Amino acid sequence: MTKVTLEVNGKKVSKEVPDHTLLSVFLRDNLNLTGTHVGCDTSQCGACVVHVNGKSIKSCSTLAADVEGSKVTTIEGLAKDGKLHPMQAAFKKTHGLQCGYCTPGMVMSAVDLLQTKKNPSDQEIREWLEGNICRCTGYQNIVAAVKEAATKM
Amino acid sequence: MKSFNYHAPKDVKDASKLASSNSAFLAGGMTTIPSMKLGLASYKDVIDIKNIKKLSGIKVSGKTVTIGATTKHVEVATSKDVKKAIPALAKLAGNIGDAQVRNRGTIGGSISNNDPSACYPSACMALNAVIHTNKRKIDAEKFFTGMFETALKSGELVEAVEFQIPEKADYQKHPNPASRYAIIGVFVAKHKKDVNVAVTGAKSCVYIDKDLSKKLSSSFSASAIEGMNVKSSGMNSDMHASAEYRANLVSLYAKKAVEAC
Repeated sequence: MTKVTLEVNGKKVSKEVPDHTLLSVFLRDNLNLTGTHVGCDTSQCGACVVHVNGKSIKSCSTLAADVEGSKVTTIEGLAKDGKLHPMQAAFKKTHGLQCGYCTPGMVMSAVDLLQTKKNPSDQEIREWLEGNICRCTGYQNIVAAVKEAATKM
Repeated sequence: MKSFNYHAPKDVKDASKLASSNSAFLAGGMTTIPSMKLGLASYKDVIDIKNIKKLSGIKVSGKTVTIGATTKHVEVATSKDVKKAIPALAKLAGNIGDAQVRNRGTIGGSISNNDPSACYPSACMALNAVIHTNKRKIDAEKFFTGMFETALKSGELVEAVEFQIPEKADYQKHPNPASRYAIIGVFVAKHKKDVNVAVTGAKSCVYIDKDLSKKLSSSFSASAIEGMNVKSSGMNSDMHASAEYRANLVSLYAKKAVEAC
């Protein structure tokens, strides 16, 4: 067992967990933050993307113990005072989702993109989202959502 | 995933002491963790080396670029020093996997794993790299010994990779559309005296194509290797590409790389 202390969505949390606990499991099972999804469990789908110290990573391929002391932001941490984050609002406005399973990872990944590149091209958005798989939308409206959000962020 | 003991030592000596025949060093974990989750690997001890400060960072001297083992792909891809000294190496790092993999994956992890379709081993071979471990220095050509196999011994840890700065270089990859692993990848490096053409993804282990290297050493131009017949014997054949298709791609992408130099 190991004690993992993190700042998750601005709140300090500390839990005693088995050493092999994945960050995705820590968030979902220990903190009940089930917005972080686990789609493939083979590190390819990107549904589990969260931010660790501001950078997007796959929480299903990261040990909780490995990010000890870090600041973690999940999809639950984006909206402020009941108001959707501009990226969430853009996904809603442009119909960037259907079943919604991949959406938390898509949103977290896209927010990271706009932190490093303010006005990405369609090509840059598509390349950045290579690690996020969607089986509903055909990606067109997801790209539209990121472009829409880029005008607001 | 089977349980294990997690360790995060602060220096190489402690990391080495913890190592046994039933342990693994953990850097970015982009292969190690999925392998453990799938039950393809299990260890009693997992030794995280990311807290060892001296293993991370990029140093450029007159003739070489040295990259610490735990330096992430994103750091190599965006490094001004690497872009200036060996732009092909920054380009290679920037096209590994996806953004989230590049935010975690490391050069030391990539070469220690020696996946037959990983990108970095081809750069090591073409750029006459020297692999620094906690025990010795190993030339790249002696480091990559077979499919997922290296010259590393139990408890031996890669500390840094020292690349020779070439006159010109380029890396061209035909990526698997889903995983972005190289179906084939060709790294061409023109040094003062000779040219190295390293190929990944085509066979069970990265290798130097001697025929292409020889032709380009005598004349460094795309026309020198135009239509060259690369033999398909020993090449991988799978659902993504037949051996013959891979052989054709090697020839084609070598040419593309020379043109881009």
